[in-house]
Amino acid sequence: MAKKLINVSVNGKAEEKAVEPRTLLIHFLREELNLTGAHIGCETSHCGACTVDIDGQSVKSCTHLAVQCDGSEVLTVEGLANKGVLHAVQEGFYKEHGLQCGFCTPGMLMRAYRFLQENPNPSEEEIRHGMAGNLCRCTGYMNIVKAVQYAAKKLQEPVTA
Amino acid sequence: MNAPVQTAEAREIALAGMGASRLRKEDARFIQGKGNYVDDIKMAGMLHMDIVRSPIAHGRIVRINKEAALAIPGVHAVLTADDLKPLKLHWMPTLAGDVAAVLADEKVHFQMQEVAIVIADDRYIAADAVEAVEVEYEELPVVLDPYAALLPDAPVLREDLAGKTEGAHGKREHHNHIFTWDAGDKVAADAAFDNAEVKVSQHLYYPRVHPCPLETCGCVASFDPVQGELTTYITSQAPHVVRTVVSMLSGIPESKVRIVSPDIGGGFGNKVGIYPGYVCAIVSSIVLGRPVKWVEDRIENISSTAFARDYHMDGEIAATADGKITGLRVNVVADHGAFDACADPTKFPAGLFHICSGSYDIPAAYASVKGVYTNKAPGGVAYRCSFRVTEAVYLVERMVDILAQKLGMDKAEIREKNFIKKEQFPYTSAFGFEYDSGDYHTALKKVLDAVDYPALRAEQATKRADPNSPTLMGIGLVTFTEVVGAGPSKMCDILGVGMFDSCEIRIHPTGSAIARMGTISTGQAHETTYAQIIATELGIPSEVIQVEEGDTSTAPYGLGTYGSRSTPVAGAAIAMASRKIHAKAKKIAAFMLEVNENDLDWEVDRFKVKGDDSKFKTMTEVAWQAYHQAPPGMEPGLEAVHYYDPPNFTFPFGIYLCVVDIDRATGETKIRRFYALDDCGTRINPMIIEGQIHGGLTEGFAVAMGQQMPFDAQGNLLGNTLMDYFLPTFVETPHWETDHTVTPSPHHPIGAKGVAESPHVGSIPTFTSAMVDAFAHLGMTHMDMPHNAFRVWKELKARGMNL
Repeated sequence: MAKKLINVSVNGKAEEKAVEPRTLLIHFLREELNLTGAHIGCETSHCGACTVDIDGQSVKSCTHLAVQCDGSEVLTVEGLANKGVLHAVQEGFYKEHGLQCGFCTPGMLMRAYRFLQENPNPSEEEIRHGMAGNLCRCTGYMNIVKAVQYAAKKLQEPVTA
Repeated sequence: MNAPVQTAEAREIALAGMGASRLRKEDARFIQGKGNYVDDIKMAGMLHMDIVRSPIAHGRIVRINKEAALAIPGVHAVLTADDLKPLKLHWMPTLAGDVAAVLADEKVHFQMQEVAIVIADDRYIAADAVEAVEVEYEELPVVLDPYAALLPDAPVLREDLAGKTEGAHGKREHHNHIFTWDAGDKVAADAAFDNAEVKVSQHLYYPRVHPCPLETCGCVASFDPVQGELTTYITSQAPHVVRTVVSMLSGIPESKVRIVSPDIGGGFGNKVGIYPGYVCAIVSSIVLGRPVKWVEDRIENISSTAFARDYHMDGEIAATADGKITGLRVNVVADHGAFDACADPTKFPAGLFHICSGSYDIPAAYASVKGVYTNKAPGGVAYRCSFRVTEAVYLVERMVDILAQKLGMDKAEIREKNFIKKEQFPYTSAFGFEYDSGDYHTALKKVLDAVDYPALRAEQATKRADPNSPTLMGIGLVTFTEVVGAGPSKMCDILGVGMFDSCEIRIHPTGSAIARMGTISTGQAHETTYAQIIATELGIPSEVIQVEEGDTSTAPYGLGTYGSRSTPVAGAAIAMASRKIHAKAKKIAAFMLEVNENDLDWEVDRFKVKGDDSKFKTMTEVAWQAYHQAPPGMEPGLEAVHYYDPPNFTFPFGIYLCVVDIDRATGETKIRRFYALDDCGTRINPMIIEGQIHGGLTEGFAVAMGQQMPFDAQGNLLGNTLMDYFLPTFVETPHWETDHTVTPSPHHPIGAKGVAESPHVGSIPTFTSAMVDAFAHLGMTHMDMPHNAFRVWKELKARGMNL
């Protein structure tokens, strides 16, 4: 199958790759770029384990083609921490016991990261609706809600010099 | 400058041992995308396998044409049962004593059964090749109802068993019959019913559901033809058992088979069995001499890997007129699908279903379970429960509710009246289980007080009296007892291997440690909680104790993680191995302090000379001595191994209460309140316990309120994607309230009983209890799950209650 050249920024790094037009973004990330944080759970956009951020939006990469990302900026869980410092959502999941098997976690984190930019000061109900596209089989969600609340609070704190 | 003297209490806190809600050691990798799951593994030259599956539920394979698939560039092989026959690998033994087709041999027995495999350069080419394999079938009549399967003229499903009248569990009475297994005393139970003042009976169907962990099943198999060694990374809850089976099947010595369970994305019982996909990937790697990866998709996972439940139960209770239960009888027809591939201890084809006398002192009981073949996928796994305990608890809790209704008694009162009393433990049930410990009355009172039960009943009475109430209010109450921690080897084995578990601990010269285990975490945080046990036992901070498991080359042999057995069995092995080290350490400390070891006391992290606080040696100092210069006549080093064979099961229990409000217009249910009190004995990490309970309650909510696997008349599974199969989201999932009492197990070294399955086992009948309670004043005594809005709305409509 003829390949198409795409240019995409992934976690701030420019990538130029030739991909088959049918290649799904999740496979491009996992197989081509060895970024295995995002996972495949359902192939039907329901579970959200594959969630990444593309140009400021949460996207389920299992039903998105790599060629659709030509010219885009993609952020994955691997790009969330900054120079070894965890992002507030990562810290929240750790502190509030927001994960168990860890399989849904990268997608949850990426959705929480975007959601808190869409709604920096959410109520519990808003968190539950804003995160509803991501499924978890282990935690029962209560601690994930707490993790998002933790991150919301932390992100609102004034930055100390 | 001397370090400040720390109090014993401060030093104990610093250990973050048992009882501490310390944060999880495993999280660092998971929150940074650095987990290592099977599909993350890549090997040089790795090929990809995909599976051609049957579109029909029952039929003969007329011909298979591989040519078009083989013509696709990048396709390396297409294999069918005929290719596996010379290797005698087209059938494989199941854990239940049956055989299962690896690839369909002349016949297909269920929709989505494995018919052929393709191996290609990448997963896209493999998927193309699957489409290109042409299979012609001759359809046969489909049998989906286990009762119909037992009719004299029912189609023969398993032609490979023709003439076989003796199965793995006794006589086969019919060509679609697998076994009949019974427990208890039939004569005594029948006598109880003959003399009963009150009798109730009910048919209950426990629907077929799927554990559906978020990660599907898969493996990467790599055979090295030069060394004759096979390495397989696999999604398995029992890697050591897989190694034994692979060695037996392949003839490769067990020492040259390495099975690795890396990080596992949830198991819930779905990852105990050995699936055809694993066997095919291993065979492909051996045949092609290259690593082969197989990872199933979600449709394959739900359609073909092990389901749970599918129990058709008839329960009967005999009682006195004032509500004392005198007898219990149960008859079950169990739909096992096309092959008997349950994962139960060998001697128990219906698992531990005979825990179905529950928390009650029932003098006479009898249960009989009949296993039957149908044209559905094989399975019958213990989905977040210990071998059919979920079915058993559902049965007894439903029946006790029904008895209470018949007698006009409150459901709390009838339970109190029939509970096994605290002073009766250890208690031997009519089925022969010896319950280790319990205090059910105290726990029940705590829950009823916490929710103000009389006020809830008063509110319900008011609502029932109001014909304009927009909702029906129901209160569910369940008081369950589990049997977990399989198990004593004298009773429990899998393929002849006793169900012990193991631990190997090594203290390093500078006082940090590594522990290797026979279990494997699928999210339960073993790296954290196991380290906490060692921290308390040996006075080493849990932070510097590494826990490794899942690699058969490094870990001691263990039976794996399922049936809530990690803490009851492996947790005990940890304590026992730690105590061996402790005993040696004490001798070393005595040598260092030049005293008799009887003159030493242990305090948190050190041995102290009795009566002189200034003379002590810490475990760190002892470790250095053990490697630097052991006492004369003593081996250097500081390590121990323990294989723990428990003397008995453990019996965790809990009291769950649920309040529902059912919308009379739509049939939708709001879980207003769910209060879960669990008693798992000694608590190792309260934060992790609470997390496990939240998760189990949510899976229970899913089963009770929405999950089902419906089949059409042709045997097509109508709900095999996450579009159709209900997994609760953030929005539907209720808010959970948790509570606990602590009744340690007297026979467990640290008193722990296991917890992660209790909330699943206990919550499901609680939801049903609440749903039925909402209709109880209208004469309803039972309705089957799932309690989704449409089914509930039909119940409202049938009673003229819909708005």
